[in-house]
Amino acid sequence: MEKSKNLSKKRSISYAKWGYIFIIPFFVVYVIFTLYPQLLTIYNSFFEYYRDGLNIIGPNFVGLRNYKNLFTVNNAGYIPMIRYTLNTAILWVIGAVPQFVVAMLLALFFTSTRLNIKGQQFFKTVIYMPNLIMASAFAMLFFALFSQVGPINQMLIAMGAIDKAINFLGLKLTVRSLIGLMNFLMWFGNTTILLMAGIQGIDEALFESARLDGSSSTQVFFNITMPLLMPIFIYVFITSMIGGIQMFDVPQVLTNGKGTPDNSSTTLIMYLNNFLGVSKNYGMAGAVSVLLFIITAILSSIVFKSINSGDR
Amino acid sequence: MKKDINKSAEIKLLISRIVVYAILIFLSFLCLFFFYLMFVNSTRSNAQLQGGFTLIPRENFFKNFYNAWHDGDINIPVGMKNSFLVAILSAILTTYFSALTAYGTYVYNFKLKKIVHLFILAIMMIPSQVSAVGFIQLAFKYHLTNKLWLLVVPSIAAPAVYFYMRQYLEATLPLEMVEAARIDGSNEFRIFNEIVLPIMKPAIAVQMIFSFVGSWNNYFMPSLLLNKPEVKTVPVMIATLRSADYSKFDMGKVYMLMLMAILPVMIIYIILSKSIIKGVTSGSVKG
Repeated sequence: MEKSKNLSKKRSISYAKWGYIFIIPFFVVYVIFTLYPQLLTIYNSFFEYYRDGLNIIGPNFVGLRNYKNLFTVNNAGYIPMIRYTLNTAILWVIGAVPQFVVAMLLALFFTSTRLNIKGQQFFKTVIYMPNLIMASAFAMLFFALFSQVGPINQMLIAMGAIDKAINFLGLKLTVRSLIGLMNFLMWFGNTTILLMAGIQGIDEALFESARLDGSSSTQVFFNITMPLLMPIFIYVFITSMIGGIQMFDVPQVLTNGKGTPDNSSTTLIMYLNNFLGVSKNYGMAGAVSVLLFIITAILSSIVFKSINSGDR
Repeated sequence: MKKDINKSAEIKLLISRIVVYAILIFLSFLCLFFFYLMFVNSTRSNAQLQGGFTLIPRENFFKNFYNAWHDGDINIPVGMKNSFLVAILSAILTTYFSALTAYGTYVYNFKLKKIVHLFILAIMMIPSQVSAVGFIQLAFKYHLTNKLWLLVVPSIAAPAVYFYMRQYLEATLPLEMVEAARIDGSNEFRIFNEIVLPIMKPAIAVQMIFSFVGSWNNYFMPSLLLNKPEVKTVPVMIATLRSADYSKFDMGKVYMLMLMAILPVMIIYIILSKSIIKGVTSGSVKG
């Protein structure tokens, strides 16, 4: 850093313009394809603006009415924003709790010099693989495998575990569990690798001296590993939450966009997506987006804080 | 006495090793099982699939492949071509321009340098769906739906890739090198293209892979923008499988289509798994 400052004293006059030239493409594209649409989204959220058949209604300024609608009991008898936020949170938790427990355990196994696990590269390769699978194809696969005439029902019947096919895709509990299972499979490998890197970043001498002091492995975990891993753990945890808020492909394709049964698996982005379909309800979709943005901004600021405290 | 303690410790270690390996094998099994079922089912005819469950592949792989490739409703060759085009162009643009931007804020000193850098970090976490409403509105307004380039160009501004490139530059590029090239009389663009880019090859390779995989799998935006069959990408086609009348399908063909959808990424992964797994950590955790 010191060096670049010295350079700048001599050279900044002749080269500064190149800095601007090199960042122009990024900012031109950012403003046209991201920032402007974002501002338009926020702007829309204060307008009545949708399509009804062939007619376009609006745009008429309605103030905060779209936001009020999101928090008003609808025809089906629930408050949409609350219901879908809860759905999203529940679906995330079902996948994330086992994800973090398993990933933490695996990270400890892989880094333990005492256990000295062989074939780590193989195991890591296998458990990370589902992360790269096309989520929509993965969901379609689960739909085919768990359908009433699908292989899983056939297998369970052949094994004698059940005598009648289970309607996995028609029950609230099983649909949510399947979505949780898919999210778990897609993300636990990724989390394991990140937590592992975090543990490996801890000074080996600390573990060594704790061992010489006769600490048990549980003591080492709670007194050394976990406190020092905390910034990275929080980072991974909150990014997982931010990813959870954006959950879409898996429940969308698994339930054909309907969030069956009875909208119990409709997530926030699925709700947003419904407004962008035939009805082109830019007003309501805008309001949902703004709320999404606020939730994410709060979570992101926690991430930044944790990263900065990790630097100290 | 001491021997006994050693022995019991040894047995304890042995037991915990067995438990750990059992857990690892179980989880690996879980990760592979569903995909193995998909593979097995892609080798069976529709009649065989109705007949019952099996883990043994059958002989209809090539028949299913032929049927899936020539399907009347879902034109998977065209889908794969579209997806490939979007994915490879996005990967090239996102890595090149992120590297360029990172180089711009790292090597040059200008008034807004620090603000620019912090601004890009701040927008990194905003989910892409937040701009979707305005994006879709504009796409319809200017009749740009069903244009594949609309999925490609936005990848030029990728804050996360920028962040990665910037960190890589900080760690690997000595500023003296840029100085020396200037003394040799190279202009700034040539220095970047001919000296800096080669140094950044490893970072570019990793980010190209992740970007390629990301856009190959991307479903949200393409599903809102593409409705003509000739421009649909693979995930949009796979999703239409779900919404079509399911009972009429030849299921062997359906499994084959899913296999085709994930196969390109799987091949890349099998070849490059080592560097991909390394890339997971270097990309996201600072430090």
